Amino acid sequence: MAGRRPLALMRRRLIGVVPVFALVVLGAFALLESAPGDAVDAYLAGIGGGDAAQMAALRAEWGLDQGPLPRFLAYISALARLDLGWSTAFGRPVLDVVLARLPNTLLLMGLATGLALSLGSLLGIICGARPGSLQDRTLSLAAIALYAMPGFWLGLVLIVAFSVERRWLPSGGIETVASGLTGLDRAADIGRHLVLPVLSLGLVYMALYLRLMRDGMAELWAQDFVRAARARGMHGARLVLRHVARNALLPVVTMLGLQSAAMLGGSVVIESVFAIPGLGRLASEAVARRDTPLLLGVMLLSAMVVMLVNLLVDLAYAMLDPRVGSGTGG
Amino acid sequence: MLAILLAVALAAPILAPGDPLAIKGDPLLPPWQTMAHPLGTDRLGRDVLSALIHGARTTLLVATAAAAAALFIGITVGTIAGFLGGWVDEALMRVAEAFQTVPAFLLTLALISVTGPRVPTIVLGIAIGAWMQPARITRAEILSLRERDFVAAARVIGMRPLEIAFREVLPNALTPVVSLAAVIVAAAVLIEAALSFLGFGDPNRFTWGSMIAEGRTVLRRAPFLSIIPGIGLVLTVLAVHLTGQGVAKALRTRRHAA
Repeated sequence: MAGRRPLALMRRRLIGVVPVFALVVLGAFALLESAPGDAVDAYLAGIGGGDAAQMAALRAEWGLDQGPLPRFLAYISALARLDLGWSTAFGRPVLDVVLARLPNTLLLMGLATGLALSLGSLLGIICGARPGSLQDRTLSLAAIALYAMPGFWLGLVLIVAFSVERRWLPSGGIETVASGLTGLDRAADIGRHLVLPVLSLGLVYMALYLRLMRDGMAELWAQDFVRAARARGMHGARLVLRHVARNALLPVVTMLGLQSAAMLGGSVVIESVFAIPGLGRLASEAVARRDTPLLLGVMLLSAMVVMLVNLLVDLAYAMLDPRVGSGTGG
Repeated sequence: MLAILLAVALAAPILAPGDPLAIKGDPLLPPWQTMAHPLGTDRLGRDVLSALIHGARTTLLVATAAAAAALFIGITVGTIAGFLGGWVDEALMRVAEAFQTVPAFLLTLALISVTGPRVPTIVLGIAIGAWMQPARITRAEILSLRERDFVAAARVIGMRPLEIAFREVLPNALTPVVSLAAVIVAAAVLIEAALSFLGFGDPNRFTWGSMIAEGRTVLRRAPFLSIIPGIGLVLTVLAVHLTGQGVAKALRTRRHAA
């Protein structure tokens, strides 16, 4: 039984995701429609212009002279064939451009999430173990200040501190260009390039998780089951970790899913600051070069990433809290 | 602190007369050197303090307008969804979920790329990425109030459903939504800063984000150009957060007393 429950939960979630994704696609199509100019304008601008007759012929050939509904159906069927359109800025299919950039962004996001979650809940436990103590007040104050910082500014300050004043860490890029490194050396090189970006993206969320964990724990201390555990003679680390911290982790996990979209948005700016060739910088390049199909491709792909993360979070939740997914929950 | 900021923003023309975009002195003067330019000058010799003051204006204007718009959309959608229930509720919540899966920042970028970087578009773009949370909270509050006696009474005297929803139920549901306002303003300040940092703000206005971006080109020689407006941002967001916490606390105590 226990083995099948996550599967059932997953099936239910997958069904719920379908209409949401359909809405996202509809919205993407609406934005594409409202953008000035169409694919023919973009294509002709790319090859150096053409006359009116050529434009009309191309529009008829690509089905652009038809009404919105047939074009929407054509858009969907193209999507189903994984055809996201043609990127005018790069002169390549959108899917190729987007997929080439995805791994860097996922790596940055994954590391930043890992940092935020581990450090955030660890410090949160330190604060929440004794609410109101000196360490709690100091750390909470630091967290509020950190939370108020724009990630890109934090990034610049880190660059000034670690790359300009002392040349400890590289200030941009994902790896040393044409270094010829392979295997572990290459991984270490990428790691060195990612230290500052991961810090700038992750520290803000670390502050958020710290606060959630701390506030959750502070409330839990007054609950009956904690008092009961105390009355049974339980104390110290065992009480803090097994009873209080474990329950306070649930809202943190929920937030992790909710924040995954915001984190992708944040990576747009961070990738620009550190010149990392990822999905986020691609989005701002697409805007700067008026490449709407490319921007929408990035949007659709990020929506898929967010959905996937939320699915994983749901599963993790079901494992942490056995009450979820047993019929009434979820 | 927030009051001081607001005062500075409102009094910008008095405190720093003249066009902040005008060139006033030698380029790249460091801060604390001359009385005329207490915070130094930027790459083109424009006064940093005056830019900072005028930037506060744009930043606060855009952020509050965006937050107001987000709250308005969110409260309207949440009230309708919560009060009518049924398929309307289902449909509206699916739409909210769809908006939540697309990173809000990308959505704002898309809107700006389609319509061009002007202040109203930026305000709308930020609002469109932020209305979902107020909508959810309003809906939850309305749901918990919907079956109360005073709603039934309003029905008996013949009020129309939407009239009941907005005039009778909504005022009672507003408290938790209002506490959310500060969080949304703070987030809007940060989003606006990020947008203008990337160069997608209104090019004819000073904003703190664009100042940071300008300073970035001379980061090695004059890091203060990027660091000063950033401190302004941190202090603003902090002030908004703390004010919001204070208001929320006051509202809670009043609720308990009532």
